Amino acid sequence: MWLYFLKRLGLAVIVVLIVIAVLFVMTYAIPGDPARVALGPRASEELVAEFRERIGLDRPILVQMGNFYLSLFQGDLGRDAISGEPVLRILLSQFPDTLYLVLGAVIVAVVPGILLGIMAARHRGSLLDRVTSVISVSVMSVPAFVIAIYLLLVFSIQLGWFPAIGAGEGFWDKLHRLVLPSLALGLAWIGYVARILRASILEEMNESHVRTARAFGLPENRIMYDYVLRIAILPTITVLGIGIGHMLSGAVFAEIVFARPGIGKLVFDAIISRNYPLVTGAVLLTTVFFVFVNLLADLLIAWLDPRVRHDLAG
Amino acid sequence: MTDRPALSVRNLSVSYDTPEGRLRALRGVSFDVQKGEIAGLVGESGCGKSTLMQTILGLLGGAAAIESGEIWLGDTDLLTLNRRQMRRLLGDRLSAVFQDPMKSLNPVLTIGRQMTDIQFRRKASRADKRARAIEMLDKVQIPDPAKRLDQYPHEFSGGMRQRVAIAMALMAEPDLLIADEPTTALDATLEIRTIELLRELQEEIGCAVLFITHHLGVVAELCDRINIMYAGELVEHGGTRAIFDAPQHPYTELLFACDPAQIKERSRALPTIPGTVPGLIDVPPGCVFAPRCPKRFAPCDSLHPRPVASGGSDLVLCHLRDPKVPA
Amino acid sequence: MTLPAEPDVTPPRPLKKPRAKGSFARLVSDPLGALGLILIAITVLGACFAFLSPWEPNALNPLDRFQGPSAAHWLGTDNLGRDLLTRVLYGAQIALTLSIGATAVALVIGVAAGLIAGYGPRWLDNLLLLIFDALKSVPTVMLALVLVTITGPSVWAVLLVVVIINAPAYGRMARTQTLAVRNAEFIDAERALGASGAWIAIRHVLPNILGPILIVAAMDIPVVVGIEAGMSFLGLGVRPPTPSWGSILFDGFSYIRESPWPVIAGGLPIIITTLGFTFLGEALRDTFDPKIAGRK
Repeated sequence: MWLYFLKRLGLAVIVVLIVIAVLFVMTYAIPGDPARVALGPRASEELVAEFRERIGLDRPILVQMGNFYLSLFQGDLGRDAISGEPVLRILLSQFPDTLYLVLGAVIVAVVPGILLGIMAARHRGSLLDRVTSVISVSVMSVPAFVIAIYLLLVFSIQLGWFPAIGAGEGFWDKLHRLVLPSLALGLAWIGYVARILRASILEEMNESHVRTARAFGLPENRIMYDYVLRIAILPTITVLGIGIGHMLSGAVFAEIVFARPGIGKLVFDAIISRNYPLVTGAVLLTTVFFVFVNLLADLLIAWLDPRVRHDLAG
Repeated sequence: MTDRPALSVRNLSVSYDTPEGRLRALRGVSFDVQKGEIAGLVGESGCGKSTLMQTILGLLGGAAAIESGEIWLGDTDLLTLNRRQMRRLLGDRLSAVFQDPMKSLNPVLTIGRQMTDIQFRRKASRADKRARAIEMLDKVQIPDPAKRLDQYPHEFSGGMRQRVAIAMALMAEPDLLIADEPTTALDATLEIRTIELLRELQEEIGCAVLFITHHLGVVAELCDRINIMYAGELVEHGGTRAIFDAPQHPYTELLFACDPAQIKERSRALPTIPGTVPGLIDVPPGCVFAPRCPKRFAPCDSLHPRPVASGGSDLVLCHLRDPKVPA
Repeated sequence: MTLPAEPDVTPPRPLKKPRAKGSFARLVSDPLGALGLILIAITVLGACFAFLSPWEPNALNPLDRFQGPSAAHWLGTDNLGRDLLTRVLYGAQIALTLSIGATAVALVIGVAAGLIAGYGPRWLDNLLLLIFDALKSVPTVMLALVLVTITGPSVWAVLLVVVIINAPAYGRMARTQTLAVRNAEFIDAERALGASGAWIAIRHVLPNILGPILIVAAMDIPVVVGIEAGMSFLGLGVRPPTPSWGSILFDGFSYIRESPWPVIAGGLPIIITTLGFTFLGEALRDTFDPKIAGRK
């Protein structure tokens, strides 16, 4: 198990390193003064000078890259090009709201998704099964921001059930304001989760170990929840790990549409004001988060499935 | 009730609904397995062995229909039971060991968990159930059973896994054990060991066993009586010794001729029975074996043979052995 | 001994009978496929006949702003009094050309990279795989945002984002198939006859992967439509005043309290098009290639 964990961790670190390298190369690949390009046109002279010193622009490119990595590992993501505040602090102050949003979306996707998937598999070919399948295909394809705007239009503007702006204060207010954005992000994934789960349940049901369990007269419910779902849930976990990346993307739109604070809104504003250090930092943070979530999903699978542990540790 | 057989299948017919039409997988199958006896069920793949097993266990899929027949387990006709009543019997009075030991155990649950789960009917503590599981693993000669209990199926070898499956099946000391080619996936040495083990345990528990196989050597070794199936019909049954000495049905004869144990010289090409099993959607009116039978004669194509006793066999389905059919 | 093995008669679940029909007829007989084709036809016809509209897509008419649907303005007007239906129809031209064009470019680049990975030296294969994986690990929108900070908002930025997001998947498919073909015996025979590696790859791999990859690409088109609309919504794609569904939606969103019609008009074509291509993709997959089922 530990060996497996280390292997996966190593892979995740390599991916993050590559992303950093790509970010570095991109800012240097464009013609013009690298410091200006990296910081944006609105950065103060003071900040530009600091950046030159930090990276060492007069030194060979590989040394510069090394410095870039070094400062990143010390948690130094640079300074905001306009306010001069450390980027990391700004990002961390906004991250929790994005996290709540993604968490809300995952709950919206998973709870009904799993229930629908189980029901569709149990009553294969029934009306419920077919309706679930058509609806999931339909909702899956519509971009999250279109759903977000329509939800805003119907439930905030027209019906006035939910406030349209901000993240709110206090638990209940926050929760209240989280409903629509989470729905907008998670809705598409209900059908997707249901679909994947249904397919893997049906596949697993054909395995001979299920026949063995039935031949011992185990109750159908126990076979479903203890024997089948435990295995059938694994692909769903992988898909959700990837799904969280998509939800992070969608969060940019949801935060704009519902005027919520968060990383997405932050990045969007930073781009408008050409505040590049903030953009780079945010991309890095979300990428690390995404890689970390996928790592977590893989570990969860290894924990649930002894075969994976066995195969990959060796 | 005391002299009833452990299992008595009467006139069983099962068909599948396929897009091409109704596939009649079992037609009028009748046989008994006496108490404390090991009965073999032999036939090529596709002869209906699996269907028969699934029918007895009540595990037929949705496309299958039982057209007629009775299956008596002691004094209970299994076909009159509803799902719930059937489930109550399974793993208690009736249990099974399946073919592929790699796949027939749940891969993500420990052996111990699976062995305690199937004792769900017993009102006993977890520790008691665990103790019982250890006792059974010990009986099937798994070394260090207490430690092995916390391992997953993939940590066991194929032979061990099959012994675990046997331990699970015999845990409740059933009246009847159905074993579906339990040794086919194992190599020869393991096969013999497993069979010896099965025989010992069977004697100890005193249950009846229906042993499904296409390996004739195993049948000769293990079974008291044998049933030969061909294309959904039971074509011959009787005592093992009698049938091996003097097979009455031409198909049985050919089966024996194909057994490598009977072949003197090692040759690369194993003898096979020419021709293939007929399609079971439009079953021909005559004998189903006629198209492949070297001894076919006038009535075989048009008239279905009736069951008769002949030689040492209790039942043969062949015009050749029927005194009322002129040769 | 084992007896001669015969196919087991225990029949599996009933299979659909293969129908002897043309592939197009099969596609249309699937209600989902037919619906998809109808929705796509609506979008395509709208794009083609946009010029029939009596309004100019960018003609300002401040006196008529925020009107609801009427005989003159079927979908109403926006915050500058522009006719929304006209803008949506011109937007369809951009959405369709851009999404199909970008998918085609991604397809060509992806397949080429896959062929190279499959046929080239081992280190190149590993490098390309690593790049494919790394690209997959960055959330889409973040990637788009960074690229646009460098290129500036434009149609080309959209194209670049689409290629970077979609090409790796096509590359993987092409690579897998190339590796399979590479090891096949008939290739050895051809190489013995003096054919070059690249030629063999193109001749044998392309016909094999074209079907499945085209289906996957068809299923990706709604994603691409979404990317185009999303980037334009954020002001990173098509520049105003050129009508794009995304920018129509963003304009409408800014004035959502004044009038719901711009938002409705901007979102509807996105929904119609994505649904159309998704339904068509599903039907194509079910009809031609059940193997890749389950992929989003």
